[in-house]
Amino acid sequence: MALWKPDPSFYPSAKMAMQAPPERHAYVAALNHGRNDKPDAICVVDLDVVSPTYGQLVYTLELPNVGDELHHFSWNACSSALCPQAPHPHLERRYLIVPGMRSSRLYIIDTRPDPRAPKITKVIEPEDVMARSGYSRPHTIHCGPDAIYISALGSANGDDGPGGIFLMDHFSFEVIGPWEIHRGDQQLAYDFWWHLAEDVLISSEWAKPGQFEDGLVPADLLGNQYGHRIHFWDLRRRKLLQSVDIGAQHQMLLELRPAHDPRKNYGFAGVVVSTEDLSASIWMWHQQDGDWRMRKVIEIPAVEADPDQLPPLLKDFGAVPPLVTDIDLSLDDRFLYVSCWGLGELHQYDVSDPLVPKLTGKVQIGGIINKTPHPQSAGPLLGGPQMVEISRDGKRVYFTNSLYSTWDDQFYPERMGGWMVKVDVHQDGGMALDPDFFIDFGETRVHQVRLEGGDSSTDSFCYPS
Amino acid sequence: MAQVAPWLAMLGFGAFHGLNPGMGWLFALSLGLQQRSEKVIWLSLLPIAAGHALAIALAAVLVLLGLRFISLGQLQWLTAFALFLFGLYKLFNFYRHPRWVGMKVGMGDLFLWSFLMATAHGAGLMVMPALLRMAEQQGMAQDLDLDIVQHPGAHADHALAAGGALWLGVGVHTLAMVAVMGVTAWLVYRKFGLAILRSRWINFDLIWAIALMIAAAAAFLAAMGVV
Repeated sequence: MALWKPDPSFYPSAKMAMQAPPERHAYVAALNHGRNDKPDAICVVDLDVVSPTYGQLVYTLELPNVGDELHHFSWNACSSALCPQAPHPHLERRYLIVPGMRSSRLYIIDTRPDPRAPKITKVIEPEDVMARSGYSRPHTIHCGPDAIYISALGSANGDDGPGGIFLMDHFSFEVIGPWEIHRGDQQLAYDFWWHLAEDVLISSEWAKPGQFEDGLVPADLLGNQYGHRIHFWDLRRRKLLQSVDIGAQHQMLLELRPAHDPRKNYGFAGVVVSTEDLSASIWMWHQQDGDWRMRKVIEIPAVEADPDQLPPLLKDFGAVPPLVTDIDLSLDDRFLYVSCWGLGELHQYDVSDPLVPKLTGKVQIGGIINKTPHPQSAGPLLGGPQMVEISRDGKRVYFTNSLYSTWDDQFYPERMGGWMVKVDVHQDGGMALDPDFFIDFGETRVHQVRLEGGDSSTDSFCYPS
Repeated sequence: MAQVAPWLAMLGFGAFHGLNPGMGWLFALSLGLQQRSEKVIWLSLLPIAAGHALAIALAAVLVLLGLRFISLGQLQWLTAFALFLFGLYKLFNFYRHPRWVGMKVGMGDLFLWSFLMATAHGAGLMVMPALLRMAEQQGMAQDLDLDIVQHPGAHADHALAAGGALWLGVGVHTLAMVAVMGVTAWLVYRKFGLAILRSRWINFDLIWAIALMIAAAAAFLAAMGVV
């Protein structure tokens, strides 16, 4: 447990983290829920360019239970361990905290001694998670300066109570309890992150469990019943400071990507779909006169399509929504990557001026209509760019194609399988698919990717770049 | 030599506490960087030093109060056992710190933070054997005056003198601490840069626990009259 010197993967600033050596492997959440009777798994993908098995699946850690539905897992500790107010730099970035979003089970997976053969060291059963945390459906993990923070989409005793955030001790991996002291009228939960130097936590809204577990509920979507607010919290006093409603038509305000440099008090939030015109949008939060404001900085329009080519859910609309389901910001806060899961496109924007993003690159693969193949794929591809992960140096981007079991089947009803690809980023913008990197997971679907030593959506930094 | 030993201990522990990034210089440095102001670094060190001084002063108060009710020998034993038990706890929990999440802090917050960190880590407890030795030395000096029988007020003078020495000890400790904090923060800010944290930040938490055990050993030796 104790190191004599800080874990070498901890960096005081994002700028220093960009000088980190390239990742040599990735951990990938593999999902079988709704596909077969197999449990979900954590897969290890070889990313070491000099390895004979580069670009291949080299290990599969099958979980002991069926039906967990893994989603956004992450590391037990990261660069925030160097934060000055309660530093614990001699923790190891070693354990993956893996939540089962459907089962409410939590796995602690040890990546030592062999990082390519991780093993389970602790399982917290759903009853214990719910009893101690006050929540169910754990979703996003962030390594905080004082504990592990975990967002959860449901309340402990059913579907109606609020979703929120709970804390886990980062030494013993015991669930501590709910994080919020004063939650105001916040009910829906999804993603969260923070501006550590400003003592501000930001959280977003997806839906109640009943609105997503069995699939997207069209009536709820058309009735604007999915989340459309963003919440700003006092991280220190654990209370809600301000909520901003960006308009009920902007349905599903999901991924939050604050700038990594603690001197920058802004970030980006992705909105999946507008019920007005099926467009997707990216919003920027920033502070003005002490208030948090939201401003739409990117809008991606829907594309007209022949209803015969559309899944039943979309036939009446005659268009493909872009469906921005994930976004990711490079460690230098320069490039924002946007997954258009419906279109089958990954966009790269230069957000050096966060108010005026410039589209600098586009990659096409999969998509509801186009089903664009990869040079290495057997044929047309189902699914589209979804969970995006950027290497610390910003030169490589990896992504997978699955969103969520029941939703996959609604938007890609032809029994979509899982694949993972890689994009090479050009230094001053622009990117291209790596024509040789294509991992076919067969009928198993893949979601979150985590890179060795950290990536662009794991670490938070307390010192300016 | 025996006369200066507790003073050297107060000085040395002050330097040690000051060097520990978890006791404040790193917090001060981060605030200065965040606010782009070198002045903020140096100003932040003041409430941090004051909070630490309060924690040490409380230890001195405990010594003075303790001596009113129990003998020096008893207090020495009590201190030794307290240090041993706390050191043992820290040896197995050296990585634990009080939970403090805020980074947007004012001077009052920093004072409170520093007091909390010093107290929770047993900074005051660590120097108690040295403070006890100072009190003992003052007592002995008074005894040598052979005035106790002739002057009924001597007992009060006695306590007063011991108190003076202890306050001076707290001052010496705090000055050593703030000097080392300042030099360390300056070196990291001006010379080395934050990258040095990655290579040179040794496990102070573990060393701290060991220091508590060393202080406990010294306290036991003192209680047994060996030193």
